[in-house]
Amino acid sequence: MSIGLPHYLAVAAILFTIGVFGIFVNRKNIIVILMSIELILLAVNINLVAFSVYLGNVVGQVFAMFVLTVAAAEAAVGLAILVTFFRNRGDISVDDASMMKG
Amino acid sequence: MALQAIAFYLMAAVTIASGFAVVSARNPVHSVLFLIAAFFSAAGLFVLMGAEFLAMLLVVVYVGAVAVLFLFVVMMLDVDFAALRQGFARYMPLGGLVAGALAIEMVVVSTTVASQGAARLNDTPMARGAAAGATVTNAEAIGRVLYTNYIYFFQAAGMVLLVAMIGAIVLTLRHKPNVRRQVIADQVARSPRSGMRVVSLKPGEGVSE
Repeated sequence: MSIGLPHYLAVAAILFTIGVFGIFVNRKNIIVILMSIELILLAVNINLVAFSVYLGNVVGQVFAMFVLTVAAAEAAVGLAILVTFFRNRGDISVDDASMMKG
Repeated sequence: MALQAIAFYLMAAVTIASGFAVVSARNPVHSVLFLIAAFFSAAGLFVLMGAEFLAMLLVVVYVGAVAVLFLFVVMMLDVDFAALRQGFARYMPLGGLVAGALAIEMVVVSTTVASQGAARLNDTPMARGAAAGATVTNAEAIGRVLYTNYIYFFQAAGMVLLVAMIGAIVLTLRHKPNVRRQVIADQVARSPRSGMRVVSLKPGEGVSE
């Protein structure tokens, strides 16, 4: 049985679902929420690369590279905000992070 | 071909199992380590698809940079992680519901695609792209497109990284009030006249400040 496009799409779909599930169950822990977002972006990248290889068009891989860039930037800024928040509050609970709500 | 199938199922299973362990591990340090495992085996999937350059990029950028960044932050923040896990069971039904709905939607879409476009989908296995571009390596193929048609996007991506880097530094930089810092402008602007003082002394007396 040859491994085709649907197999890779299935892996990406399961990984995406796990990422969304992780955001829901770890409502308080922002570190795990950031990691779940990374998982979701990885699933997107698998989809992009699978379609790129399937269609024989390398542009999908270029776009996956841009997604990778933005994901890395997002992780860096998110963790920096997290560190600053921890310094100010001594705690990283997301439920308390509503002080700018007004 | 059988070897390819074995490799695919092995790496797909490791990716999904590690992904699930990321969201369900008790200790966030274990979550980060499972995230590394997930990215590693996803890189294996990329190699299997013939996207070697992106696989190496995934290992270098994620395992080498992002995961280590996560690890540093998790280890350096003194957080009571047990308290953060409260509500895990409470949000489980809602999360399971949303995740199940998403999974069903994606299964419906992919089975529709697979059955409707089955003639197109299945007669061209993943090896077609590799066979077509056998003379050009994956990295060269990406480079040819990236540095010509997408050069402005490439520059924009570099700008995004620069802004993120400066933003992260500005956010986390902290000036302690009682730390003496080097002010280079002051040092450069210092003249001999201001840096030196001539004192006239009487014989037999020392200098005391």
